[in-house]
Amino acid sequence: MNETSLNISIREVTKKYDQFYALKDVSLEIKSGEFMTLLGPSGSGKTTLLMVLAGFTNPDYGSVKFGDEEVILKPPHLRGIGMVFQNYALFPHMTVEQNVGYPQKLRGVSTAETKRSVEEALSTVKLEGLGHRGINELSGGQRQRVALARAIVFKPKILLMDEPLSALDKKLREEMQIELRQLHDTLNMTTVYVTHDQKEALTMSDRITVINDGELMQLGTPNEIYEHPNNHFIADFIGESSLLPVAVRNGKVSLNGEEITLAEKTEKNGDFLLVVRPEKAFLADKKIKGSNYFVGKLVDSIFQGESQLLVVKLNSDDDDGHEVRVRVPNESVTQKALPVVGENVTIGLKVADSYVVS
Amino acid sequence: MTIAEIEKPNERGLQQVAANERLTFFGLTLPYLLMVTALIVIPVGWLFYLSFIGRDGSLSFENYERMMKSKAYIRIFLTTFKISILTTIICAAIGYPLAYFMSQLSRKWANICMIGVLIPFWTSLLVRTYAWLVLLQKKGLLNNMAIEMGLISEPIKIVHNTTGTLIGMVHIMLPFLILPLYANMRAIDKDTLKAASSLGATPTRAFWTVFFPLSLPGLLAGLLIVFVLCLGFYVTPAILGGGRVIMAAMKISSNIELYFSWGAASALGVVLLVVTGIILFIASKLVSMDQLGNR
Repeated sequence: MNETSLNISIREVTKKYDQFYALKDVSLEIKSGEFMTLLGPSGSGKTTLLMVLAGFTNPDYGSVKFGDEEVILKPPHLRGIGMVFQNYALFPHMTVEQNVGYPQKLRGVSTAETKRSVEEALSTVKLEGLGHRGINELSGGQRQRVALARAIVFKPKILLMDEPLSALDKKLREEMQIELRQLHDTLNMTTVYVTHDQKEALTMSDRITVINDGELMQLGTPNEIYEHPNNHFIADFIGESSLLPVAVRNGKVSLNGEEITLAEKTEKNGDFLLVVRPEKAFLADKKIKGSNYFVGKLVDSIFQGESQLLVVKLNSDDDDGHEVRVRVPNESVTQKALPVVGENVTIGLKVADSYVVS
Repeated sequence: MTIAEIEKPNERGLQQVAANERLTFFGLTLPYLLMVTALIVIPVGWLFYLSFIGRDGSLSFENYERMMKSKAYIRIFLTTFKISILTTIICAAIGYPLAYFMSQLSRKWANICMIGVLIPFWTSLLVRTYAWLVLLQKKGLLNNMAIEMGLISEPIKIVHNTTGTLIGMVHIMLPFLILPLYANMRAIDKDTLKAASSLGATPTRAFWTVFFPLSLPGLLAGLLIVFVLCLGFYVTPAILGGGRVIMAAMKISSNIELYFSWGAASALGVVLLVVTGIILFIASKLVSMDQLGNR
């Protein structure tokens, strides 16, 4: 057995607090060496699931296997996992070196080998030469790296991370996302990563598990989750989208009385929501076949650097017309002038990009 | 006009604002400064002066010389230190587990426990000391119960001696140890213990390598307060020691009340003050060194 990673098999894990389910019958297979993100809003149960994997929370029932071994009854210190906590949880009374060497010391690794592995771990996280520093002398980003080094120094086959980047500023966070992903590819351990940041999840993951109200909502690659959300919750939560109510009657789809065409025919009658991604919608001069068009009034126009976000209120029979957001990329100075607020505009959405969710 | 002469916008006004702020802060500390001067600096200075006045009214070291030579004084100092150290150790042995237990409870239950710790703290010292006398004396509650239950045949002596003194002093000093220790333990990030255990530490190992070192500043602060308060303690050893346990404060009192020897009493007070000062100094070095690692 010389593998660097283990698969994780979660079955029927359920945890109930008084009246509500933190986790409800969650079953999930995480492949060996995979970067799996548990994504959900706060209170969704994603952290509870991670804590069940780590052994800090015992579910009411269910099974968790690392490889072929059932671990649900094992205490955390026997599970052999590496874990990075949200606020790093570094030991403030130890130096960087002592923090990173801690798991090695517990494992009775020789002093020379500990020194070597600590140096290796520190260089993996790009902190060479900072070993003698105290924790208080480090910046937030450096602490993050120490926490990571401490979690990987003993080469665990499973690495758990609980929103490790949430305390960092945006720029550093985005750098670290790419670095963490590269680190995972180098070390190749199975990684379970918890976040509420959908963009982070899209950036880093092999696959994403969307969790809400203690239930698994959708499992798929970032592309699948973004392009084919299962329901309106995911369509709304992942990426930006405007959701427009549509009615399906005998195969005909209508939005505000006007017929539109979807990428895939729907047979089921009922009320659905059309998902309009701002970057897929466009301003249209004339109506050409192959797209759906909506007419409305521009109510807001926001410059955001790389793009201009237009908020359009659709014309409607009643007063509360729905709003659609359109993102116009900032392409070139020769770009055509944008409409001004108050003007009537026509928005297009290609049929291929038109799909509904329930 | 040169550049230096050009007034920068609002420079004077802002300087005035800063000066007013300093004045306000000084005003807030003034009552305390006056009180410290009137009630502490002047009397202590006076004591210090008195301790160098001999029986004949002249300047001399005789008060200090007597202390160095007299076996009685040396015994008193030894007793004072012995009782103080023992009380401190027993307080730590009882208080540390309790503070740890409380720090692991939810806020609500911890606050309820805290009331339990504080209620005796709010009761009069004298009342509590006499209460112990009632419980512990020869025909007291404890002895009577033990005899009735057949545990002992003769009443045992647990008061008017070192044991009784220690029981009373530990009872009175315990909150002083628990309060700073509990505050310190509450502030320890619980995730550090989780981290230790995820990294492979058994609960015992995690406690000794992570929790205990992080609780040391609070423990040292508590030990220090208890020890220093013990050094100058009077009421409890006087009542529960029954004249057999003589601590420095009691000797000071008898020097004044029985022998009217202000010089001897003052010298004893000065020695006690200096010893306390030295201990505080050493301890502050220890605590601050430890706190370097503690955010």
